[in-house]
Amino acid sequence: MNKAEKASRELAGAENLAHGDSFIHRMSPLSKLAVTVTYIAVTVSFGKYDFSALAVMALFPVIAYQLALIPVFTCFRKLRMILPLVCAVGLFNPVFDREILFTVGSLRISGGVVSMITLMMKGVFSLMASFLLAATTKIEDICASLRKLHIPKMLVSLLLLTFRYISVMLDEVSVMSCAYSLRSPGSRGVAVGAWGSFLGQLILRSSDRANELYESMVLRGFNGEFEYTRPQSGGAVSWLISAAVIALIFTARFFNLTEALGSLIGR
Amino acid sequence: MHMADALLSPQVAGVMYAASAVTAGISIYKLKKEEKLSEEPNYKKLPTMAVMAALVFAGQMINYAIPGTGSSGHLCGGMMLTALLGPYAGFLSMIVILTIQCLFFADGGLLALGANIWNMAFYGCFVGYFLIYRPIMRSKMMSSSVKSANRVKIILASMLGCVITLQLGAFSVVLETSLSGITELPFGSFLMLMQPIHLAVGAVEGLITSAILIFVCEARPSLLKDINITDEQRSKGSVKAVLITIAAVALIVGGGVSLLASGNPDGLEWALFGNSESGYSENMGLDEENFGVESKAAERAEKIQNKTSFFPDYAFSSDSENPAGTSVSGIVGSVMVAIAAAAVCFAGGFFRKRAAKKKKSN
Repeated sequence: MNKAEKASRELAGAENLAHGDSFIHRMSPLSKLAVTVTYIAVTVSFGKYDFSALAVMALFPVIAYQLALIPVFTCFRKLRMILPLVCAVGLFNPVFDREILFTVGSLRISGGVVSMITLMMKGVFSLMASFLLAATTKIEDICASLRKLHIPKMLVSLLLLTFRYISVMLDEVSVMSCAYSLRSPGSRGVAVGAWGSFLGQLILRSSDRANELYESMVLRGFNGEFEYTRPQSGGAVSWLISAAVIALIFTARFFNLTEALGSLIGR
Repeated sequence: MHMADALLSPQVAGVMYAASAVTAGISIYKLKKEEKLSEEPNYKKLPTMAVMAALVFAGQMINYAIPGTGSSGHLCGGMMLTALLGPYAGFLSMIVILTIQCLFFADGGLLALGANIWNMAFYGCFVGYFLIYRPIMRSKMMSSSVKSANRVKIILASMLGCVITLQLGAFSVVLETSLSGITELPFGSFLMLMQPIHLAVGAVEGLITSAILIFVCEARPSLLKDINITDEQRSKGSVKAVLITIAAVALIVGGGVSLLASGNPDGLEWALFGNSESGYSENMGLDEENFGVESKAAERAEKIQNKTSFFPDYAFSSDSENPAGTSVSGIVGSVMVAIAAAAVCFAGGFFRKRAAKKKKSN
């Protein structure tokens, strides 16, 4: 399977998840966006040594994934994209910050190790939250709520149309890559002589396709804005729940719940 | 170069969102202005922009074999999109690509989207186009033979454009991460780590972009901006602008490296406030605690800030003596949270399986 095919399947997988039916799927998209953004902003705002206070934040996405009937492991595959840069930044912390913060038995833990772990936890948690938003909200609903936020219609329509066309283009590139690799066994990629013509050919065909697309859209009455169906009822309930969750998130930020939990047993 | 949420503090992320939003607003305004002049509805451009954005996205999945190295590179496409669509439409298309990557492929974070747009789209679309691509393409260089002149210009413009915009992007990543106080890595060393890698990435990107643009230019020149222009639009001295840009970028990046490559542990903060042992702050008259504030109102403001701030110097306000906020109960609590999370996952899996079984038997 080539890269384009993999990406195409990944996209289809995410879209299939978004068409599921669960409590989280039925919530109003805008309220989900509010919770997600608050959660990520609060998560990244924890201090660099606050790993114990940060730990409790894991519960929010983990519980939400279960309510959305999606296994948590679905999003861990996506980590390969963001972890390299986070690791590159984090791995140097133990080298530069060697002050011993605490000891566990005879093991001395330095500030660098703690800040590296905290950084990675932040990366994983915020990824879990943003993927959950995409996995429980249809692209049409995302676009409709962006319009409600007064994001310009040109940008929102472009987002929807591009999303629809990405799978078409990915299939096209996948077929081309497959054909190329079958004719040049053992090669690691497109040879230098074909660098220009490989994607260039597709650009020429695509520009024709764009014109046809425009004509067919105009024939169906397109005037610059897509019409979105009204979101389902139950908006008030989902806003109420979101407000409660946001309150909980802030509680977790200002009180070290993990430590409180630990001291229940520790004493 | 996609940044994750963990690499940014909310403050820096907010500023970058604002900067990108303003640029997007200007782009939309400019496109509307163009619409009035051309009598063609703006939404006619929409399918072209969408299809080209989708194409660039798919084009990123193609592996290009780099001769002589045995490795392969791939395209990011910002410069190519700008050459095909123009800077404003190109910028909007890049925003859309980055948003889809962030939401559906987890490539870059939701909070970091503003920063990613700035680092990857702004430099490529505006700095790359207005200061490098357009001046080179419109210059009167080699006007005797049009075909070979176009080839040379495209190679020059895409190579310089890609290398310089990627350098600027990498510089911004380092700057944003350092300002967020995420890494212990000194600013200078981090810069030395990022810039050379992106020099290589930029060179490969430039070669691929120029190969594609040359093909398109020879097969269908009407698709490219700034190929068929009248003599009036040509400016003679515009190569000067390119040279000035290159010099400025070299100064910023090179200056950043040499200024802070001293391996001092607190990069930016050191540069601003110095460290008192070396007498730097005395020399400069700066003091981190009372930087420029000496009034009752300012003192009061500082008290309020210390009480409400999320990070009073990156430690908990109530807990400044124990920066980790860690204790035995903290660690025990973390383990309990982990166990609870695993239990929740297990229970969720159990109920999902049971529901699936019920569905099957029905």
